[in-house]
Amino acid sequence: MKKRKGEDEPWAPEPEVMAETTDIEGRWRDLDRLLLRPGILVGPGFEPGIDTRDMIRNDCRVLVIGAGGLGCELLKDLALTGFGNLEVIDMDTIDVSNLNRQFLFRMRDVGQPKAKIAAERVMERVKGVNVVPHYCRIEDKDSSFFDQFQIIVLGLDSLEARSYINAVVCGFLEYEPDGSPILTTIKPMVDGGTEGFKGHARVIIPGMTPCFQCSMWLFPPQVTFPLCTLAETPRSPAHCIEFVHLIQWGQDRTGETFDPDNPEHMKWIYEQAAKRAEQYSISGVTYSLTQGVVKNIIPAIASTNAIVAATCALETLKIATMCSKGMEVFMQYTGTDGVYMRTFQNEKDPNCIVCSAGVPVEVEATTTLQKFIDVLLKDSRFKNKISKPSVSLQGENLYMQAPPILEEETRPNLLRPLRTLMGGEGGILNINDKRLKGILRVQVIFKTTDVDMDTAGGG
Amino acid sequence: MIKLFSVKQKQKEAAESANGRAPVKKQSPGELRVQKDISELNLAKTTSISFPNGKDNLLNFEITIRPDEGYYQGGTFVFTFQISQVYPHEAPKVKCKTKVYHPNIDLEGNVCLNILREDWNPVLSVNSIIYGLQYLFLDPNPDDPLNHEAAEVLRENPRQFENNVRRSMAGGYVGGNHFPRCI
Repeated sequence: MKKRKGEDEPWAPEPEVMAETTDIEGRWRDLDRLLLRPGILVGPGFEPGIDTRDMIRNDCRVLVIGAGGLGCELLKDLALTGFGNLEVIDMDTIDVSNLNRQFLFRMRDVGQPKAKIAAERVMERVKGVNVVPHYCRIEDKDSSFFDQFQIIVLGLDSLEARSYINAVVCGFLEYEPDGSPILTTIKPMVDGGTEGFKGHARVIIPGMTPCFQCSMWLFPPQVTFPLCTLAETPRSPAHCIEFVHLIQWGQDRTGETFDPDNPEHMKWIYEQAAKRAEQYSISGVTYSLTQGVVKNIIPAIASTNAIVAATCALETLKIATMCSKGMEVFMQYTGTDGVYMRTFQNEKDPNCIVCSAGVPVEVEATTTLQKFIDVLLKDSRFKNKISKPSVSLQGENLYMQAPPILEEETRPNLLRPLRTLMGGEGGILNINDKRLKGILRVQVIFKTTDVDMDTAGGG
Repeated sequence: MIKLFSVKQKQKEAAESANGRAPVKKQSPGELRVQKDISELNLAKTTSISFPNGKDNLLNFEITIRPDEGYYQGGTFVFTFQISQVYPHEAPKVKCKTKVYHPNIDLEGNVCLNILREDWNPVLSVNSIIYGLQYLFLDPNPDDPLNHEAAEVLRENPRQFENNVRRSMAGGYVGGNHFPRCI
């Protein structure tokens, strides 16, 4: 066998060793121990047997979001675990600084889309697995794209992206009138996250376990410095960098948009920050600190990624096969003090604005919005909780009590029937009211007895 | 926990239901929350709001403040609000569109208001920020300056500061900087 050894990758192992494992005896030995035997620790409905292995191999489709530090690990782990149909989505290209931990990439790949290269590498190394890459933003895909997958695994680095995908996936969730989630509308997510030596893995089963939004408030706020401190009394290297980033850029480079991925821009910030630091006798402004402060980067640790991704891959296997009861919600890992890990079960927010069922309210489809508001005001369940409700449907403001400019614009909707405003099948309306602490979700159910002929049969 | 799916069966069902399901516009948690804030706005008569992108885009809007007392009485000041998808986890980004001679607002429109940065807290709202902005015009704070020169004048010579503010709002020069008329 030929050894493929490029000058940029003297450490590269022979890929053929893994490539031929399809036929290697014992490839499925460890997996079979989990999937072929019954046991007392299995999850509900577990069906031991070769069919389950075939199922994850052939039928189960898993989406990995992110092909960075966690994503590389996740793709490798899932492929080796036996998942045969993977897709990966990432909007980034490979940077030279990724190579120390994003092990699917080589020097020659720098500048190429991460998703594409990661997919190719995994398919090269693990025979029999199909990985489809998507080089784009998650926002570029519509919800039907995400709906194709049985499980979505997240290897993301931002709250925004998690929050977005959580809202999309929870959007698939439907509830029975009695408030129990409809099982076929549940799309499980497994979320991994790392920051230096710390990491977490969590399982989100929308409707059953807390969604991302339910516990959003647990995240600490980002550290920000008062602008006037930056301008007047800088005391740390970070103050100097943030001053140049937030204030001096706008003064000196009017009209140019700062791009953190543009090396010239970053260098300028660094140089100006160094000058400012000297003025105030502050030491410690370096190029890498500048990058860290401006892009909010914390050094990534390869072992943290590996541990978190392995946990996520295992949970994905458990959800797909029920070969073991799943982790109860949330695992935290702190690598700075040994290998301490703990799992805990946080709770759903019963009024979560993303995943809760909403309070069911049954009305005729022909009810006007004004009449519907009257129904809510008379409903004993909302007594003293609402007085002047505003109503919105997804992104559309159906009726706003304030400010006057919006009230006037939305007033005509009060006379329109709900059927026209929200379609023939009902759905969730969001109610805002000064008396409510949060947002009230109301599940509008149209009475089926009096369905007009033109909407009947839509099913 | 329950067994969620027999994969084959689920795929079949999904294919069937996908045909009938209408695509739904997704709304981010930030949008939901700002909807609440906006629907409960309680604007003073010196303040107005407008939505350049229409009634269904509440993430970007403009607040106009016309102080009826203090140094800035009679001026008109426009602020742009940009709200992120994870609002209220992050504070809105607020900039002053009107070039103003003010100790806590620089000539690029950056605003030094504690609740916009270090003291932001998810229980605060758009209303709280508007109160904060109104307060900046009633009681400019020379001890936390963003416009150093303006702060110094206010500290050393309030009468001179008052004149400078008048001149800037009338469309004149202060300290070599031209200010567009905003009265």
